[in-house]
Amino acid sequence: MATRGKSTTRLKPKRRAAPSSPPKQLVLLLGTRKGAFFLHGDAGRKQWRIEGPHFLGCVIHHLVLDPRDGRTLLMASRTGHLGPTVFRSTDWGKTWKEATTPPAFAKAHEGQEGEAVDHVFWLTPGHASQPGVWYAGTSPQGLFRSDDGGVTWTGVKGFNEHAMRAKWIGGMGAGTPDGPKMHSILIDPRDPNHMYIGMSGGGSFESTDAGGDWKPMNKGVAADFLPEKDPEYGHDPHQMQLHPLRPDRLYQQNHCGIYRLDRPSDTWERIGRNMPKKVGDIGFAICLHPRDPDTVWVFPMDGTTVWPRTSPDGKPSVYRTTNGGKTWKRQDKGLPASQAWFTVKRQAFVLDQEDPVGLYFGTTSGEVWASRDEGASWRSIAAHLPHVYSVSVAERGR
Amino acid sequence: MKVLVPGPLHSYTGRKSEVEADGATLGEVLAHLDGRFPGLRFRLVDEQDRIRPHIVVYVAGEPARSLRHPVRAQDEVMIVAALSGG
Repeated sequence: MATRGKSTTRLKPKRRAAPSSPPKQLVLLLGTRKGAFFLHGDAGRKQWRIEGPHFLGCVIHHLVLDPRDGRTLLMASRTGHLGPTVFRSTDWGKTWKEATTPPAFAKAHEGQEGEAVDHVFWLTPGHASQPGVWYAGTSPQGLFRSDDGGVTWTGVKGFNEHAMRAKWIGGMGAGTPDGPKMHSILIDPRDPNHMYIGMSGGGSFESTDAGGDWKPMNKGVAADFLPEKDPEYGHDPHQMQLHPLRPDRLYQQNHCGIYRLDRPSDTWERIGRNMPKKVGDIGFAICLHPRDPDTVWVFPMDGTTVWPRTSPDGKPSVYRTTNGGKTWKRQDKGLPASQAWFTVKRQAFVLDQEDPVGLYFGTTSGEVWASRDEGASWRSIAAHLPHVYSVSVAERGR
Repeated sequence: MKVLVPGPLHSYTGRKSEVEADGATLGEVLAHLDGRFPGLRFRLVDEQDRIRPHIVVYVAGEPARSLRHPVRAQDEVMIVAALSGG
């Protein structure tokens, strides 16, 4: 088991399986550029059985289980030629039904150029007190809500029709190479009306009225690609997370570094400055320990020169902090020692709730790697898959 | 009229590559098809009523650029999924 620093504070989880509880089976839900796959784990998280593909040839950006009912899967899908949609399964992928009203922007007035959803990028189950509520983030940046478990979707007008939205999201070229994205839709576990969103580009935003209004929250975050030194918005968070047991603590892996924010402060601290200089603090994904708000994992990538977005120097590694970002430790045991040029997308680095925590990441080269010891060692549990866009962990009761 | 449906849409049409539809414009034809095969239209046409970038629809051999394109009963409508990239 991995060692920990003295400053580590473990919080008691709200919900832990009692010893007498029936064992859960972990399933990794993979969204790839060419379809969806399931990886079924055994009780010890040693053996993994692959199942799929589902929707071979379709681009699957996100595939998520509803933790509130333990059986509803939502999948964001499109293909190279057909438009974007959401599929839903309540029998672990045996059958799928398409949303009757997928996320779509409002029809523009006559003579005006309207927007169209290119793809649904992100899916977030709503608050525990609101069964059936889901949120979706799209490209271009739009926020959508479902109140019926993903069957029908409507735009969140407080964002999609906000007077400032056009400025917040920027113009052409303000997003990622495959389109600007809404992501990191976070719901405060204490209050369903308190939400955060991240946009690439646009920045991080907060709402305290269930999405009725939004305010930028990017103070202290660098935006080296913008002419203004400290802009209010226009930043590029790649992924933002809040700690489930300490929701006033947020972390983000940004295009310009790794940050932590402890509310009520409104200023992010660049904890990535404590990363090794030759590795840097650029990446897509960030993972938070479910019971320890000081422990965080990132997967750095090369953000120098032309932004290769590969493992730095061809030597992939996870980095972990156990003290909120004061120091970082390299964790690469079992990973390729050299000439490995993959990276990990923002939805493709996740963890389970077990003790010790299991970590999982999918790569742009179609592999899935797992650690059963909180990152101390790694092994490949799937290979030769398409480019992995997303991984999520689902618990399946036996 | 006869509508030729490409492979990516066969999951909507019960695996049929050829179906019948009615309508005086391409928009009406697609609306009719969507009534029979729910969800099909949105995969072809976005929320602003634009034909999606990698979809081409031929009406009597001529490419239709908009949903207002007229269609006659004897015309053949051919939907093509013009995939690009790898």
